[in-house]
Amino acid sequence: MDVTVFLISAAIVLVGALGVLAARNPVHAALFLVQTLFGVAVLFVLQDATFLAAVQVIVYAGAVVILFLFVIMLLGVDRAEDLGVEPIVGQRPLAAVIGASLMGLLLTLLLVATDGPTGAPGRTAPLGDGVDNTRRLGEALFTDYVFAVELTALLLTVAVVGAVVLARTVKGALQPLPVVAVATAEEPPRATDEGSGVDSADEFDTATSESIEGGDA
Amino acid sequence: MVVTTSWYLALGAVLFSLGAVGLLIRRNPLVMFMCVELMLNAVNLTFVSLGAELGDLGGQLSVFFVLVVAAAEVVVGLAVVVAIMRRRQGATTDDLSVLGG
Repeated sequence: MDVTVFLISAAIVLVGALGVLAARNPVHAALFLVQTLFGVAVLFVLQDATFLAAVQVIVYAGAVVILFLFVIMLLGVDRAEDLGVEPIVGQRPLAAVIGASLMGLLLTLLLVATDGPTGAPGRTAPLGDGVDNTRRLGEALFTDYVFAVELTALLLTVAVVGAVVLARTVKGALQPLPVVAVATAEEPPRATDEGSGVDSADEFDTATSESIEGGDA
Repeated sequence: MVVTTSWYLALGAVLFSLGAVGLLIRRNPLVMFMCVELMLNAVNLTFVSLGAELGDLGGQLSVFFVLVVAAAEVVVGLAVVVAIMRRRQGATTDDLSVLGG
C-alpha cells in the first residue's frame, strides 16, 4: 500500500518537475509546479506530517503559485519561449553535466551509506501520529521556538514593505524632499536674551520658512 | 517491500538536481524562480523524511520556517521582476548583464 502510494506520488513529482523544466509557456510551467507540490504534499501525508501537507497545499499551491500566475498575467510574459535557441553556447550541455554530477553524487552517497540514514534519535517532542501532529507542532513552535516565530513575523513584514516599495510606480514628478530646519553653527541660539523661549521659537519659524523657500527655489 | 527513508532521500536528490538543471538552462526569470521552488521542496522532503526516521519534530519545524522564508523570498523576488520588466519589456536574465558593471 505504502509502496504503491509512494511510487505514484514520486512519478507525479518527477513528471511535474520535468514539466517545469521543459514547458515553453510559463503558465504551463506554473501548473506543472502545482502538480509537483501536490505530489510532495501526498508524500508528507505518507510520513504523518499532516499539518505540513495542508500548509504545502494552502501556502504553496494556493498562494505562491497564484502569485506567480498573477505576475505572469500582469507582465504579459505568457508567450511561449523559444527553447530551440541556445543563447550561450555550451550552456545546456554544461548544465546537464553539472546536474548529472550533482544527482550522481547524492545518489552515490545514499548507496554507500549501507546502514541507511544515521543520527541520534530526536530529543525534541515526539512526532505524534496524523491526528496529534498539529498540536505537537504548535506546542513546539510557541514554546521552544517562539523567538524564531517572532523573527518570522518580522521577516514577513519586511518582505511586504519591500515588495510594495519595489513594485510601486511613481506618478508625475518626484516630490521635493522635506527640508528639516537645523540650527547652524553660525547662528547659535542666544539663550542669554530676555524671554529666550519666545525668541528661539521665532528663530525657529524664520529658519523653517527660509528653508522652505530655498527648497522651492 | 517497505518504503524506507532512503527512498524519500533519493527522490529528494533527484528533485533537487532537476531544479538545479532548470535553474541553469532556463532564461525566463519567473521559470527560474519556479525551479528554486523545486529545490526548496526537495530539501523540505529530506527534512521531513529524516525527522520521521529519527523521531524528531525538528525536521517538520525546519520545513515550517523554510516555507515562510520561501514565501517572503518569492514576494520580494517577484517584485524585483516586476520592477525590471516595467523598464525592459520581455527581459530575460541574459539581458540583465548590465548589472555586471
